[in-house]
Amino acid sequence: MTASTTPSLIGAARALLARDARLLWRRRGDALQPALFALLVVVLFALALGGEKIALAKVAAAVLWLAVLLAGLLSLDTLFRGDAEDGSLEQWMLAPVPLAWLVGVRTFIHWATTALPLLIAAPFLGELLYLPHRELGVLMTSLALGTPLLSLIGAVVAALTVGMRRSGILVALLALPLYVPVLVFGAGSVAASSQGLDPTGALLLLGAGLAVALVLAPLAAAAAIRIALS
Amino acid sequence: MTPNDRPAPPLLAARGLRFTRNDEPVFGPLDFNVDAGEALLVQGDNGAGKTTLLRVLAGLLRADGGEIDLDGQPAGHARRARAIAYLSHLPGLKADLSAMENLDFLCGLQGRRRAQLPENALSIVGLAGYEDALARQLSAGQKKRLSLARLWMSPAPLWLLDEPYANLDLEGIELVNRMVQAHLREGGAALVTTHGAYAAPPVRTRMLVLNKGGAA
Repeated sequence: MTASTTPSLIGAARALLARDARLLWRRRGDALQPALFALLVVVLFALALGGEKIALAKVAAAVLWLAVLLAGLLSLDTLFRGDAEDGSLEQWMLAPVPLAWLVGVRTFIHWATTALPLLIAAPFLGELLYLPHRELGVLMTSLALGTPLLSLIGAVVAALTVGMRRSGILVALLALPLYVPVLVFGAGSVAASSQGLDPTGALLLLGAGLAVALVLAPLAAAAAIRIALS
Repeated sequence: MTPNDRPAPPLLAARGLRFTRNDEPVFGPLDFNVDAGEALLVQGDNGAGKTTLLRVLAGLLRADGGEIDLDGQPAGHARRARAIAYLSHLPGLKADLSAMENLDFLCGLQGRRRAQLPENALSIVGLAGYEDALARQLSAGQKKRLSLARLWMSPAPLWLLDEPYANLDLEGIELVNRMVQAHLREGGAALVTTHGAYAAPPVRTRMLVLNKGGAA
């Protein structure tokens, strides 16, 4: 038939990235919400603990981890919902590139727009909580390994609930138990290093989890989307 | 397209195709062929399973029995993606993107005919001058036209059109018929569902009538 272009994996990913970057820019107020939310959680903790330096320093890493985790959770419900409701997901499923690839790209965008800004802000938020400076390195490493894992697990949950209406709380109820191991090893690695122990083991486990999730989560989420839309 | 010594396999062939939902048959078993240059008009009342049939053919739903062949080969995901363009009830447009941005994204995702320019496609469907209008500002009929522009850009030979006339004015209905005609002339084929209220395009047409709980 006539000459045509079939999109490559990279081409389709670029189209999706460009689309979401545009959408993000059109609704930049919304895009700021997760970061502001995390900032408020941190400030509330600081206020609740009375601004006491020693008490804050002790829980700083755990509070930062929770703030990042909750901020990611907040935007999880919108990961596929909009695209399901306006029919975009149908067109994704009909595209020549695998649905799992598009789901993976979309999940990367979720991470890059919610977790990455917080990762960059973490040293400043840490300062707010008197985080000991020697713990900052471990905290940043654990967040860098843990937050993509959170987004990937979250993507599977979001895909599972995409067929239901108003499932904001349900997404949280399903995702939070699955987040527990990530939180345990993530915040645990910082706690271990603060007690003079070696955090490498916990960090390696996070890395291993991330490697497994990178492969399996997009496939699982794509399968869930197929079921939800049928 | 092919030498005449052997007849080309039909673009789309369904054999014994059926679909059930909660043990209730929705349609089938159905047998039909659609050749290149031919339109299949799927008629039936509301709830007769027209949309379901198209979704099964597109691969969005899994059939409970039967086979679908595309160009004489069993339809898998890769073959479907290359051969089928689907116009759904849902337009698949992002409200916060302009008409042109929506079209660009869908072409980037699904491929496009190299000879077609998005600007041309928009003017063919009567959306010239609306390139930068946000999709949320378009009327339902204009959104339909934008979806038609996407179809026009698509390299797929087989169009699955689910109620393409819905929301369109008289001129829009004429536009759909002209597009189908042109597509068929280029060796494409189209499945068009309608509940029977509109005139069929003046092309070589087969009919498939669906009734509730099975085909006639």
